[in-house]
Amino acid sequence: MKALICIGHVPDTTSKVKFTDGDTKFDTTDIQYIVGPYEELALTRLLDIKDAGTEMHITAINVGNAETEATLRKALAMGADEAIRINADPTDAAFVAKQIAEVYKNGEFDVVVTGKESIDYNGGQVEGMIGAFLDLPTVAGASLFELEGDKIKMEQEIDGGKQVLEASFPFVVSAGKGFAKEPRIPNMRGIMTARRKKLEVIEPVEQKNMTEVIKHYLPEAKPACKMVSPDNVEELVRLLHEEAKVI
Amino acid sequence: MAVLIYTENFDGKFKKSSYELVSYGVEIAKQEGTEAIAVTIGNVDESALKELGNYGAKKVIKVGNDELKDFSAKAYTAVIEQVAKNIGANVILFGNNPSGRAIAPRLSVKLNAGLVAGAVAIPSSLAPFTVRKRAFSGKAFADVVVNSDTKVVTLSQNSYKIVEAKEDISIEDFTAEIPEGAYAVKPIEVVKSTGKLSVTDADILVSAGRGLKAAENWGMIEEMAEIMGAGISCSRPVSDLGWRGHDEHVGQTGKVVAPNLYIAVGISGAVQHLAGVNSSKIMVCINTDADAPFFEAADYGIIGDAFDVVPKLNEALKKFYAEG
Ligand SMILES: Cc1cc2nc3c(=O)[nH]c(=O)nc-3n(C[C@@H](O)[C@H](O)[C@H](O)COP(=O)(O)OP(=O)(O)OC[C@H]3O[C@@H](n4cnc5c(N)ncnc54)[C@H](O)[C@@H]3O)c2cc1C
Ligand SMILES: Cc1cc2nc3c(=O)[nH]c(=O)nc-3n(C[C@H](O)[C@H](O)[C@H](O)COP(=O)(O)OP(=O)(O)OC[C@H]3O[C@@H](n4cnc5c(N)ncnc54)[C@H](O)[C@@H]3O)c2cc1C
Repeated sequence: MKALICIGHVPDTTSKVKFTDGDTKFDTTDIQYIVGPYEELALTRLLDIKDAGTEMHITAINVGNAETEATLRKALAMGADEAIRINADPTDAAFVAKQIAEVYKNGEFDVVVTGKESIDYNGGQVEGMIGAFLDLPTVAGASLFELEGDKIKMEQEIDGGKQVLEASFPFVVSAGKGFAKEPRIPNMRGIMTARRKKLEVIEPVEQKNMTEVIKHYLPEAKPACKMVSPDNVEELVRLLHEEAKVI
Repeated sequence: MAVLIYTENFDGKFKKSSYELVSYGVEIAKQEGTEAIAVTIGNVDESALKELGNYGAKKVIKVGNDELKDFSAKAYTAVIEQVAKNIGANVILFGNNPSGRAIAPRLSVKLNAGLVAGAVAIPSSLAPFTVRKRAFSGKAFADVVVNSDTKVVTLSQNSYKIVEAKEDISIEDFTAEIPEGAYAVKPIEVVKSTGKLSVTDADILVSAGRGLKAAENWGMIEEMAEIMGAGISCSRPVSDLGWRGHDEHVGQTGKVVAPNLYIAVGISGAVQHLAGVNSSKIMVCINTDADAPFFEAADYGIIGDAFDVVPKLNEALKKFYAEG
């Protein structure tokens, strides 16, 4: 199996979110960057399949500036075989998807794997867009990914339940919860060998930005929590009914 | 020009989220001076289709091809693309739910349209088309400008109020062409979630965490949900430990929910948990630890032992609902 896995470079899940330049930009001061949590699951699953004896070559790809290379190295340390960075400012999902689709066309990949959703702009859109650029089938938010002979068995969440699917290569899939159990943590050997693995930098192809983030907002500060005595739970019921009007 | 609204049906029935989306689309159409037209795929009878008129849709297009019985992102996108072109839609709306998330990105590329995923409000401006969306897993919002002529938007659940506006709705049948290879990923079976209220549909969620200590202690949580007609959710460790099913896990890596009322019992309030629930209208925290971070996010709190507080609260709630 030859897999192209799309690695997002995102702020650590515990990051304090702040903005600068008149709230037009994400403030990166003191921010630690990580491989997106869903991409971690996706890569883990591919490595599990490889360890179970299937021939597998994994290329990790990111669309981003030079600072994202540390994140790509983490993917290499986890076990990806090589990496590609498309040298561009990734500010629009269609732009990102187009770059990945181009790399797919120039390689001989069986499958493109992304995370279900980035944890910065929460788009959940790159996978579907890659599929549309390449006219490949797409599976969104798969919770299972199993090799069965030359087919892949998957499960995908649909409205009101889930769908069990069987696919032949090639296709595009985004990994949701359940794709793998626990993300792998790179070991010392992985970290050492990652330094020697190939990381190729490619210039982007042209694609017009369809969207532009013009301003960010933080949620309104909530008023302090109103405390109710555990011996007076009737008061909570009254507040929920009369004040909050939610029951 | 027209606003096209994809209203998914569940065995022929629409859910509240579809009515929210119709209300949202009708408002955009009103501002643009165009019409709001709904589209649905599958066998839906006339009375259900007419319901969409109660929220202001003027027309509903029903795509009844038998081949579309099973969901396929590729097939469904092709259908919506044909309908959109047919009516000259310039704004196409989806719910931010599994089918919307699967179709909207594909469609946006096909129509050369910009996509705003997870909108939380009506566009603040039509030219330039500017919509606020959820970002940083609920820790922020972002205003996004769409530069293309055609726009695709997915609307977050519970972020737009249903508006009733009776319209005499017309029903039109449409037969779509299904592209070759649309079912190359073959659907084998569909596993329906059983009768229980799904966490994303519930108006009230009773949620519990590791503080409850064992699976067998969920009886009082189920009782509270039953009294309130609520859904049940849980923190990640609870589903990882197998105390509850994965479909109940909410948070950054679970489901994102926005009920009117979220009651958190024995949940500490880790950022990754709050990321999935902090769009709830009102949050209640019940926890033994006065320093639990959840109290900072909650509207109402009780510092106390769940095994003491919850049974008492259940009695008080029973009394409240009995008295109406
Ligand atoms: C300054 C700045 C401004 C930005 N402005 C915008 C904007 O205006 N509009 C906008 O849509 N986004 C913007 N982004 C986010 C951009 O970096 C995203 O990569 C891209 O837009 C996709 O985001 P998404 O949330 O839609 O991804 P999703 O569709 O949620 O991501 C799904 C999956 O796609 C893959 N993926 C996502 N991004 C990348 C990537 N860069 N490289 C490789 N794989 C990836 C990952 O596997 C991820 O799990 C901005 C980022 C920065 C730093
Ligand atoms: C990348 C990443 C993603 C994550 N995604 C998610 C996610 O999607 N969802 C999620 O929930 N977590 C997620 N987590 C885990 C998260 O960080 C927390 O570990 C988790 O939310 C804690 O669950 P909890 O509150 O149930 O348990 P704990 O943190 O153990 O809290 C238990 C609470 O119960 C209280 N308690 C104990 N006994 C009682 C009693 N008798 N009565 C009342 N209260 C009592 C304690 O005071 C404590 O506050 C993620 C973590 C990472 C790193």
